[in-house]
Amino acid sequence: MNKKNRIEISIDQKKLTAFEGQTILEVADAYGIEIPTLCSHPDLTIKASCRVCCVEILGKEAFAPACSTKVENGMEIITLSPDLRRAREINLELIFAQHCQKCPDCIWQFNCQLLNLARKFEIRINKFTDRKIAYPTYQFGPAITFDSSKCIDCRNCVEVCEKQNVKFLEVKERGHLFQVVPSRSEERDCIYCGQCVVHCPVGALEAVGEFEEVEKPLWEQGKTVVFQFAPSVRSSIGEEFGLPYGTVVTEKLTAALRKLGADRVFDVGVGADFTTVEEAKELLERLESQKNLPMFTSCCPAWVRYVEFFHPELIPNLTTTRSPHIILGGLIKTYWAEKESVDPEKIVVVSIMPCTAKKYEIKREELKINGLRPVDHVLTTRELAYLLIKHKIDLKTIPPEPPDYPLGSSSGAGLIYGASGGVMESALRTAFEKLTGRKLPRIEFEEVRGLQEVKKASIKIGQHQLSLAVVNGTGNAETIINQLKSNPREYDYIEVMACFGGCIGGGGQPVPTNAKIRRARAKALYQADAAKEIRQAHKNPEVVEAYQKYLTTKEKISQVCLTKFFPKEKEN
Amino acid sequence: MILVTMAAQSIIEKLKASNLLGRGGAAYPTWQKWTAVKEAKADKKYIICNASEGEPGVYKDGFILENYPEELINGLKIALETIDHSRAYLYLRHGYYQRFKKNLEKLTRGLPITLFEKSGHYISGEETTVIATIEGKRQEPSLKPPFPTQAGLWGYPTLINNVETFYYVSKIEKDSYHQTRLYSVNGEVENGGVYELPLNWPIEKVLKETKNWPGFDFFVQAGGGAAGEILLPEELGQPIAGAGAIIVYHRQKTNPLTLMKKWAIFFMDGNCDKCVPCREGVFRIAEMLESEKVDRKIIDDLCFVLEKTSFCPLGRSTVIAFRSLTNKLLSCQYE
Ligand code: SF4
Ligand code: SF4
Ligand code: SF4
Repeated sequence: MNKKNRIEISIDQKKLTAFEGQTILEVADAYGIEIPTLCSHPDLTIKASCRVCCVEILGKEAFAPACSTKVENGMEIITLSPDLRRAREINLELIFAQHCQKCPDCIWQFNCQLLNLARKFEIRINKFTDRKIAYPTYQFGPAITFDSSKCIDCRNCVEVCEKQNVKFLEVKERGHLFQVVPSRSEERDCIYCGQCVVHCPVGALEAVGEFEEVEKPLWEQGKTVVFQFAPSVRSSIGEEFGLPYGTVVTEKLTAALRKLGADRVFDVGVGADFTTVEEAKELLERLESQKNLPMFTSCCPAWVRYVEFFHPELIPNLTTTRSPHIILGGLIKTYWAEKESVDPEKIVVVSIMPCTAKKYEIKREELKINGLRPVDHVLTTRELAYLLIKHKIDLKTIPPEPPDYPLGSSSGAGLIYGASGGVMESALRTAFEKLTGRKLPRIEFEEVRGLQEVKKASIKIGQHQLSLAVVNGTGNAETIINQLKSNPREYDYIEVMACFGGCIGGGGQPVPTNAKIRRARAKALYQADAAKEIRQAHKNPEVVEAYQKYLTTKEKISQVCLTKFFPKEKEN
Repeated sequence: MILVTMAAQSIIEKLKASNLLGRGGAAYPTWQKWTAVKEAKADKKYIICNASEGEPGVYKDGFILENYPEELINGLKIALETIDHSRAYLYLRHGYYQRFKKNLEKLTRGLPITLFEKSGHYISGEETTVIATIEGKRQEPSLKPPFPTQAGLWGYPTLINNVETFYYVSKIEKDSYHQTRLYSVNGEVENGGVYELPLNWPIEKVLKETKNWPGFDFFVQAGGGAAGEILLPEELGQPIAGAGAIIVYHRQKTNPLTLMKKWAIFFMDGNCDKCVPCREGVFRIAEMLESEKVDRKIIDDLCFVLEKTSFCPLGRSTVIAFRSLTNKLLSCQYE
């Protein structure tokens, strides 16, 4: 695999083989030698700014950061010495003095890299006064809070926001010092993707928690609280309870939600099946009429906001199909409410999502059905874990229970929505059969799988040769949008997810989140799909039944399953 | 073609023979930088003349721009001829750009030299930050390697030298270089100004020959402005380092803490705030001086991380001043 030259180095007097081009940190990692790090994130460029990973190199006067220094033949490296310990301690003390610690209230307290290092090095947390005590907290829409008094200036969020091509977070000079601040420019606004959140090492950026709003109806009389959880949450929330990456916990999660007080627990995967059926229908219509092509997916609200704010000219190209949890929420308050004779006004729908942008999506007025929002609250994966831990519910040990009928059992296609390429694959599985009337020869569309930033494929469905693109990250979407400027019909159907790797890497997911972890979470979803008997959305009996019993007219379908988009002004 | 190559060879030979070291402060052998860029394989190369001179007490680049701009431009021309497919930037601090723009435009007419007005703070004189500034990026240093000589401006091999270096290149080519350098002498002196004098003169001799040896108890800060080392009169038997500034202070009239605070604020404003030791360390030093509660143990800790773990030379350079001042001027008063 690695054709680079082998070289000999030593770390802490141990002779080791390394490859030219590797950093000291990479070599140390490979040999299980622990070097503390803080600002480094494998998704991002090496910043080398926290200076916590410094090591000694024989013959060099200054210490070298392990994250950025490449190994050289014969290099003798020391990772532990009294001087290094002293330097790391002082730097950590300095970092802690710019981070107003509010640990008891912080939902990162169990995963906080900084706190862990502080404990490990037994630093004096209060050697210096908190210099950011008066720094403000910003809120971006209903989705994200940024407590700048916790910010340690690593600038990971700035890089990530720039990578998203949003550039809403900026480094600006205030007084003697530079700070991270939201942009005042009219041309820039947050799309609520939350990628800044999962790349912040200290929890300065977080989702807007809705804990009280969710907890209150749980003990209030007369409320029916329905929880629904997104496809990707089942393969990530286990991490918060010490389960290995990529453990699927659908039924344990259901049990935990019931224990928390849920009256019903449904699976957003079923919502995804409805989205697929409607979206496949719309794709076929557009291919037929050759209008508003290419069609873009619209189940990612951060991507939708990206279009509405930065590219309103593309609004007609977004599929008008609602996102899975919005459809399911709508069905809960109509179809299910009727069936169970529950007053829709008394139903509280809470979505457990991998996502911060969903907190914004549920507030969109045009989604209301008979004056009611389909979904009342969104908790991120992290937030639910925090709530469960607070209520002493251990996901690891709780006995599994299946979700409720009739909106609790999804097809395999619904599950893969959580990974980049999943929406497209689900739609293709359904569109193919709808158009050709034939059975799919091969259910897997490998071409659109994987976590690459941009995937392209060409697939024949009936007489249509479809040209497809699957993108994750809005920065990569921008590249595709630019391509369309020169060739508007280069693609027929394009899936965009704002988060790296799709929702399994969403802004509401557990930290750390990185390529390795995203891969494990995605793999688990594809395995769960493969294990399902029914793997196509339109064959899900629960979906078939709902179309027979409730979604019988155009009006009803449009009320529950379709939506509109509007150009957006700056709101932050 | 062959002629050019021979000429190129000979200037690099001459630079080597002259033992010219970069005059921006880092004192790297000029011939080595030139060779590296000349031999790098690329279809485009850049030359940057750094006239960002940003430290208090250093005025030598301005002096050259004012008095010997032809010599400087000739130095740049030599570089352009030596390094094929190259274009040059003259990177000027705001004040110099304003003052010398007209004349420099005249002198560079028809040459592939662009005048660039520097923005930002002191850090934007650091070489990788110079490159970031010209590229329109955030003004902060970048990781080395790659060195600018390998991948500099827009990824192309780039030669960055200081104004004084180019000035001497011109002299070396004409065989009129006699191992001199420029000294900026200022502070509590009678005859402040920029002097061109032999390289190896002790500081004491420079002060005496320029009729600036004070008649009172004093100390100097020698080297690069705020980053220079504090030297007591009995320590002036050595030649100067860094950017060649000699600042004289009246021992009785100068409050060392006020002086140190001035530097700390200068660095706090001038740095890029990227790395922890420099951003936070300098802030904490300034804070301590502000409150006049100086804890020498903590200053020692902060200097330790500044020296050992700073990202770029700016952070490391602050230590010389802080440490020499605390050791030499505070010991008797504050222990
Ligand atoms: S949520 Fe996304 S768009 Fe908003 S600041 Fe964070 S990274 Fe930028
Ligand atoms: S908010 Fe977090 S990610 Fe952004 S600069 Fe501050 S510490 Fe780093
Ligand atoms: S990719 Fe998924 S998690 Fe990320 S913003 Fe879009 S919907 Fe939310």
